[in-house]
Amino acid sequence: MTAISDNEPRAAFRLSMLIYDTRYRSLTIQVVAMVLFMLGAGWLISNAAANLAALGKPLSFGFLSQPSGYDINQHLIAYNSQMSHARAALVGLLNTLLVSVMGCVSATIIGVFIGVLRLSKNWVVSRLAAFYIEGLRNVPVLLWIVLAMAIFIETLPAPRAFRGANPSATMYLDNMVAFTNRGFYIPKPVFHSGSWLVVLVFFLSLVGIVVFGRWARKRFEDTGQLLPTFWIKLGIFFIPAILFYFIMGHPITLDYPALKGFNFKGGFHLRNSLIALWLALSFYTATYIAEAVRAGIQAVSKGQTEAAYALGLRPTRTTQLIILPQALRIIIPVLISQYLNLTKNSSLAIAVGYMDITGTLGGITLNQTGREMESLMLLMAAYLVISLSVSSVMNWYNNSVKLKER
Amino acid sequence: MTQMSYVRTNMLPEQKPPVTQAGPIRWLRENMFSNIPNTILSLLAIWFIYSLLGAVLPWIFHSSWNAGSLRECRQSIQAAYGPDASGACWAVIRERYNQLLFGFYPSHLYWRPILAFALMLVAIAPILFAEVPRKVLWFSGLYPFIAFWLFWGGTVFLPISILLGFVIAYVVAITLPRFVGSLGAVILAILLPIIWWATLAGPAVNLMNRTLAGVLTPSYIAKMEREKSRNEAIISSKNSDPAQVDAAKGLIKQADRRISDAENIGALEAKLGKLKAAAKEKLASLPASVKAYRSLAAVPDTVSPADRAKLAAALLAVTNYNKAKTKLRHVYAEVGRIGFQPVESSKFGGFMLSVVIGVTGIALSLPLGILLALGRQSPLIIVKTLSVGFIEFIRGVPLITLLFVASTLLNYFLPPGTTFDIILRVMIMVTLFSSAYMAEVIRGGLAALPRGQYEAADALGLDYWKAMRLIIMPQALKISIPSIVGIFIGLFKDTTLVSIIGLMDPLGLSNAIRADSNWNGIVWELYGFIAFMFFVFCFSMSRYSAYLERKLQTGH
Repeated sequence: MTAISDNEPRAAFRLSMLIYDTRYRSLTIQVVAMVLFMLGAGWLISNAAANLAALGKPLSFGFLSQPSGYDINQHLIAYNSQMSHARAALVGLLNTLLVSVMGCVSATIIGVFIGVLRLSKNWVVSRLAAFYIEGLRNVPVLLWIVLAMAIFIETLPAPRAFRGANPSATMYLDNMVAFTNRGFYIPKPVFHSGSWLVVLVFFLSLVGIVVFGRWARKRFEDTGQLLPTFWIKLGIFFIPAILFYFIMGHPITLDYPALKGFNFKGGFHLRNSLIALWLALSFYTATYIAEAVRAGIQAVSKGQTEAAYALGLRPTRTTQLIILPQALRIIIPVLISQYLNLTKNSSLAIAVGYMDITGTLGGITLNQTGREMESLMLLMAAYLVISLSVSSVMNWYNNSVKLKER
Repeated sequence: MTQMSYVRTNMLPEQKPPVTQAGPIRWLRENMFSNIPNTILSLLAIWFIYSLLGAVLPWIFHSSWNAGSLRECRQSIQAAYGPDASGACWAVIRERYNQLLFGFYPSHLYWRPILAFALMLVAIAPILFAEVPRKVLWFSGLYPFIAFWLFWGGTVFLPISILLGFVIAYVVAITLPRFVGSLGAVILAILLPIIWWATLAGPAVNLMNRTLAGVLTPSYIAKMEREKSRNEAIISSKNSDPAQVDAAKGLIKQADRRISDAENIGALEAKLGKLKAAAKEKLASLPASVKAYRSLAAVPDTVSPADRAKLAAALLAVTNYNKAKTKLRHVYAEVGRIGFQPVESSKFGGFMLSVVIGVTGIALSLPLGILLALGRQSPLIIVKTLSVGFIEFIRGVPLITLLFVASTLLNYFLPPGTTFDIILRVMIMVTLFSSAYMAEVIRGGLAALPRGQYEAADALGLDYWKAMRLIIMPQALKISIPSIVGIFIGLFKDTTLVSIIGLMDPLGLSNAIRADSNWNGIVWELYGFIAFMFFVFCFSMSRYSAYLERKLQTGH
């Protein structure tokens, strides 16, 4: 008997094997794809270089250090028109982040609220929530933004309406806030000497809440005794800070907005472009969050609830311990991608003149310097960094809550 | 013994349930007033609805439909409903709805977009509803070319030449595999149409126009003369208002210019020949120091001013030649046109623009998205990296930055001197944008398929593309239909963003209408109308997707 060799005789390599032999074909395809990509990219880049050279503006980021020469009315860090374009872009970036964070918080609150109403057994309430959801999400967000702006400009009184002995408009909350067509004026905290201690105590009490929460949980797991954690946490949140506020002799006061001449002075001035953008984005995104909440809760099978009841859990505990943890696994990824959408939609600020990064770097800086290529590259890079960092957080979360299956 | 039991022999009639346990009252008790918190919620909701309607309905119905300006509107509302009444001025919609629907598209040509939309319904019917005969799909394939021709007008040979490229690809893919192998046929089927479009299609269309121009010149001149006399009649008529007279005067001037162009085709051709000779001679006689340059900015500082001037003169001659050539091409296209009156992209607007951009974007992004999704799933590392890079890049940036690229930057990436239409550029960017989202949705569909389907396809001996086409994609697409419709709704809403780069979509038009002194200060009616239209479009699409989801359900 002859031994049968495992190894087939090695055929000599022929060129046609690059295409027809599966061992080499994937390599061929990849090399071809790479070459085509390189050729395409090279063609685009060489065209761009030739065109930019012909226009006399080769790629250079020097314009970023030149004075910007324009004002930004809403800025979180010190800024004036003598500062550089880079500083203006940074102010814009912070404005983007400001409206995005504000929007995400309020959209979550509204969205969860509407989503729960949508699930209500009460027919009118759930219809009303459905009407809200379908009505808002089927109309472009840009329309809501300009509409919100129009509402502020058209319906709110001008600052001069607050003047005189018998004004036609009044301030609200004991003269603390004024809603005008130039924006909202709210009190601003002024920190006097000694206020740092109050702030420090406040932050320490936040730490205290976390520590207490862990301790209470451990105690519950060890002994089975439940504490009224909510009320204790609420107490830790308020009492020490308020106590120190009085001990230190009112070191933090509020600067109220007041009418001086033709406009309000003092306090914070929130431009109505910011408020319009913020409200429109949060009400619009809230519809998607509401649908996510509804879908997440409905996705938890009825058997889970029934099993919880069979174990003798009360309805509130069932929701807390059984339904929400499973629903959140579905809700949170959608929630985060909606946060990303909101952040990207905040670039529509340009329609109402709120100076976010699209308005500064991609708007005025681009038009003033004529550096379209560089400005748009930086603009896209800024958004990409935000998006990619948020989505990496999401991936980490998804992996940590993923059902561990085979 | 006597039987003492008592048994009822006749049945009592059935009694009605108590009033509170039947009909609407029971429904109300169960659904709205089942307990105290629920009752409070219901009452709050009813109060909310009542106050909302109480505020909005009088405004909507205390309205004026017939007025020429906002002031007239307010006067007529106050005359009808009392001095303090404020109502909607729907007259603005009545006066401008044509504009909101079609933008500045010439009003006597409205039938073209309307016909195109009607045909679109025919073209998408076989895709939307399974009952429609499959043969209609051929029409769906032809539809993009018909629609392009109807919307933009111009010679019929342009869409035909583009279509011809696809015909070439189809014929090559069908016939050649016998001779050059399947891979060779695929490569040729991709390569040949590209060569056709890039090099031969343009000259071929021009040649057709030129030949036809030679034949059609007399009838063209006669047509222009007829148009002139029609406009002269408008001018001399007493009924026409000043705007019509101005328009007619403009049209007469245009007709005169066109007649002289048509009569002088021979002279234009001769002039072009001379310009060509001059440009050639100047280029040939350039000094060696500047011979290699085709732009003044690129010339190094060391070159003497005299040589620079020579290069400038030569470049000017080339520019003049190109201008004359373009002009002659336009004359050929105008005189020798078999087709409709051309309409420029700048005239497009309103919901027509939104639908055109949205439908093109979705139709083109679906195949691109499928390819990207397959690329992302692919075991080939380079293909996968490129796909992931593209998808994540596009998904990471807002659409508005891509539209900025379309409006300011896209021309830089093309060979020097190329410019093309802003709507086309926007369509490209919108397609790229939605294809990334489409890819993610289809990837979701692919991931949701059980592994057994892939293995079964392999077991049947299908190769990759056959397995994808026959087994995997039909199921994956079916799973992802609701999300695809969701993307389409999102894309349709996102078309409003083009107003930021200056296109006249409904939102852009609303600004234009408010800039009119008659309608200055009108806000709610315009936004309300636009929102209503978008709502109707998007809501019906989402209902359709829900219907489809139910219909395609094969589970239990």
